[in-house]
Amino acid sequence: MSTLSEKIIKIDKLSKAYGAVKAVENISLSVDQGEIFGIIGPDGAGKTTLFRILTTLLLPDTGSATVAGLDVVRDYKKLRQIIGYMPGRFSLYQDLTVEENLEFFASVFGTSVRKNYDLIAPIYVQIEPFKTRRAGALSGGMKQKLALCCALIHKPEVLFLDEPGTGVDPVSRKEFWDMLRNLRAQGLTMLVSTPYMDEAELCNRVALVQKGEVMAIDTPQGITAAFRQPLFAVRSENMYQLIKDLRNFESASDCYAFGEYAHLKLHPNSASREVLENSIHTYLLSKKHSDIEVKPAVPTVEDCFIELMKN
Amino acid sequence: MRFSKTESNTGRFRAFVVKEFRHILRDRRTVLILFGMPVVQVLLFGFVLSNEIKNAAIAVLDPSKDVESIALTNKLVSSGYFRLEKNLASVEELEPAFRTGRIKMAVVFPANFAQKLQTGEGQLQLLGDASDPNTATTLINYANAIVADFQQEKNGVAPGRPLIRTETRMRYNPEQKAVFNFVPGVMTLILMLVSAMMTSITIAREKELGTMEILLVSPLKPIQIILGKTAPYLALTLLNATVIVLLGLLVFGMPMRGSVLLLAGECMLYMFVALSLGIFISTRAKDQMSAMFMSALGLLMPTMLLSGFIFPRESMPTALQVVGNVIPATWFNPIVKGIMIKGVGLEVLWKQTLILGGMALFFLALSMKNFKDRLE
Amino acid sequence: MKTVISTDRLTKTYGAFKAVDAITFEVHEGEIFGFLGANGAGKTTALKMLTGLILPTSGHASVAGYDVRKKPEEVKRRIGYMSQKFSLYEDLSVRENIRLFGGIYGLKMSEIRAKTAALLEKLQLVEEADKLVGSLPLGWKQKLSFSVALLHEPRIVFLDEPTSGVDPLTRRQFWELIYETAAAGVTLMVTTHYMDEAEYCNRVSIMVDGRIEALDTPRAMKTAFGAEDMDEVFRKLARGS
Repeated sequence: MSTLSEKIIKIDKLSKAYGAVKAVENISLSVDQGEIFGIIGPDGAGKTTLFRILTTLLLPDTGSATVAGLDVVRDYKKLRQIIGYMPGRFSLYQDLTVEENLEFFASVFGTSVRKNYDLIAPIYVQIEPFKTRRAGALSGGMKQKLALCCALIHKPEVLFLDEPGTGVDPVSRKEFWDMLRNLRAQGLTMLVSTPYMDEAELCNRVALVQKGEVMAIDTPQGITAAFRQPLFAVRSENMYQLIKDLRNFESASDCYAFGEYAHLKLHPNSASREVLENSIHTYLLSKKHSDIEVKPAVPTVEDCFIELMKN
Repeated sequence: MRFSKTESNTGRFRAFVVKEFRHILRDRRTVLILFGMPVVQVLLFGFVLSNEIKNAAIAVLDPSKDVESIALTNKLVSSGYFRLEKNLASVEELEPAFRTGRIKMAVVFPANFAQKLQTGEGQLQLLGDASDPNTATTLINYANAIVADFQQEKNGVAPGRPLIRTETRMRYNPEQKAVFNFVPGVMTLILMLVSAMMTSITIAREKELGTMEILLVSPLKPIQIILGKTAPYLALTLLNATVIVLLGLLVFGMPMRGSVLLLAGECMLYMFVALSLGIFISTRAKDQMSAMFMSALGLLMPTMLLSGFIFPRESMPTALQVVGNVIPATWFNPIVKGIMIKGVGLEVLWKQTLILGGMALFFLALSMKNFKDRLE
Repeated sequence: MKTVISTDRLTKTYGAFKAVDAITFEVHEGEIFGFLGANGAGKTTALKMLTGLILPTSGHASVAGYDVRKKPEEVKRRIGYMSQKFSLYEDLSVRENIRLFGGIYGLKMSEIRAKTAALLEKLQLVEEADKLVGSLPLGWKQKLSFSVALLHEPRIVFLDEPTSGVDPLTRRQFWELIYETAAAGVTLMVTTHYMDEAEYCNRVSIMVDGRIEALDTPRAMKTAFGAEDMDEVFRKLARGS
């Protein structure tokens, strides 16, 4: 659907090293107008460095990037007028109240809370009861919401959210993603980074990154569709023994814990699902496992990430 | 939603200053350093020092025992600064008296003091206890002042020829009150502390908390960030300077012989230097802790030790004197003393003022050059 | 089954605020016990009481057979602790860290030497033994720090968000270390923000506002709440409060 002109973020062969550590290594990707694009990867994958280059805080060693048609190096001053940035640690003034933080950031961008209230209203009403409380005394979830309000107060064209879910409990994380979806409905483009693989499914497209490199870029569905080997979810009484035994199963290519189950990945195999299930079951019985359950598993982004890491 | 440029800029500036004042007033430690410390320091230095020089034990060796020598001795003792511990009979008794540490100063009259005074050949030896040079200098200066007073009384209103020649010469501070040296000294220190240290810490704090990232990504210009952060401290420092001067005037009876306006101007100049230093440190320090260490070691210690505030520069090795020359306080200290005590103006203090001005420009340029509008 | 941790109406209040509100539960030997809860639900405070770092306001807790109020030193000797915030000294080498913590827990030099060799071998860190811990990747640091917490052979190990921020593969390798440890009879009490990890535990408790609102096996909990996964259980519980 999207034509080239609709690419709001374009990253071309971007690299950045700190001494011998390659924080960002030859990353190229583009983000469409109005999508939530996820940068998914663990700590040390280069997410924060990439964000800082895109928000004009760091200079790349090589490569180039544009946001809304503006070069992140050359046009950085103009760019700063139109982007919103929520750094990893929420970066609020702990000794200022909720209200004061918001007012301050509004005035920094030369606007006022009143002028842009409609955009933040659905988020702000949730923390408004605490508006006279100091930011330092807020819970993680509330800090996150306040930081989002502060990053939105000047109606940015693109919003950069660096690990917004870190240090926040699952309930608040869920609520936060609901808010991002609402913002998207209003046309805002968002680049979000996260170490939580399950959050990938909440993005329109994702890039899986590891050690500064992009391993895959696609829609979450596209990512999981690329996983072609047979995958089974297996359960038994003793998880530790189960994983050890499954790894020794004849056609096993990999096995690891996955929630309540162990995910067993087999080498490409022409046998039918039932045949495979039965042979796994029989094998486990021979290893004296009890309470066995074997079922086909739908690969998740996390399965794919593990797969990509191993390649 | 576009504001006119000036309107939005003043709005930003005001918001920044308001926020900065909130930070300051909400942190008890900052408030204490800003408002408690200057008062405590001035009072502490002032009173400790005036206690030390009240009722100092002295010995008198007076072979004359005539009207004049007794009158002078009485004048010394009745000043309240000295207490006659011992009358010595001979020069030999001087050393034991010092060695036992019972006296801090000895006054040695010549024979026939009154007669010599008539002919203008009055001589007086003032001996200090060199093991405590600061006190000794102070006491001798006191004694000199009293002797000078004594001469003036002898001469009447007309300024006459000197009747008594003492071994120590008078310096510019005719009343020789040590507290007069300390009030300007404390001022150099406090202004440096508040302007440089507090500014560097407050900027480093934003880096530490990550809020600097947001400020940098915003359309704010570096100069706006710097001005917003320093303006409140400039105001507070000025307030501090006023409090210190008032304490000096009202509590310690310091004179204000020169122009108050000039003093205010010079204070601003010095604060400007200190603020630029603080900004420079903050460009180098990545967190509050390192900012604190850098300002404490790089600014406060030299200001205290090398500027002549506590230790006289004259008695320092040349190397330390050279180092002392690059410390702003070295030049600011004589300015304050000159204006308040000697009542001189720019005609005398132009050199120090120029040097301070040069420093201000240099450090401001340096810190502006080093203040990055990126994270590296 | 032997009980190694038991609490009876354990409470900690700060002024009028009840950080931990009369929690009562037991943990069995060799169990992997998940200790879940939102930020500020009281997990950390409860852990601090169990590890003898702070005194309870009221109620009792016994860890490894000792009362945390009366015999905190005995408790500390028998537990291991690893947290994401502090684990090892970054400016000491791998070997120096092992030696230091061995020394802290009163191991003999000969024991420390033997354990160091075994540990380096097991974690495949032989070549990195003399590198500074700060230079290791996060995943290795976490595995090392867990192994160091086990050095004095504690009966119970407390793990406070041990896998925060690492990649999914390393996270699983870490959990295999946990399984292995539990199989050897050591009890593990784990806090985590990854809800899928909650399912790796034998039993989990979920704290809401200082109270334990649910305590069961992940499977039973999912059934009870009619939930697909622990994430949903957690959301239903916390939102209901």
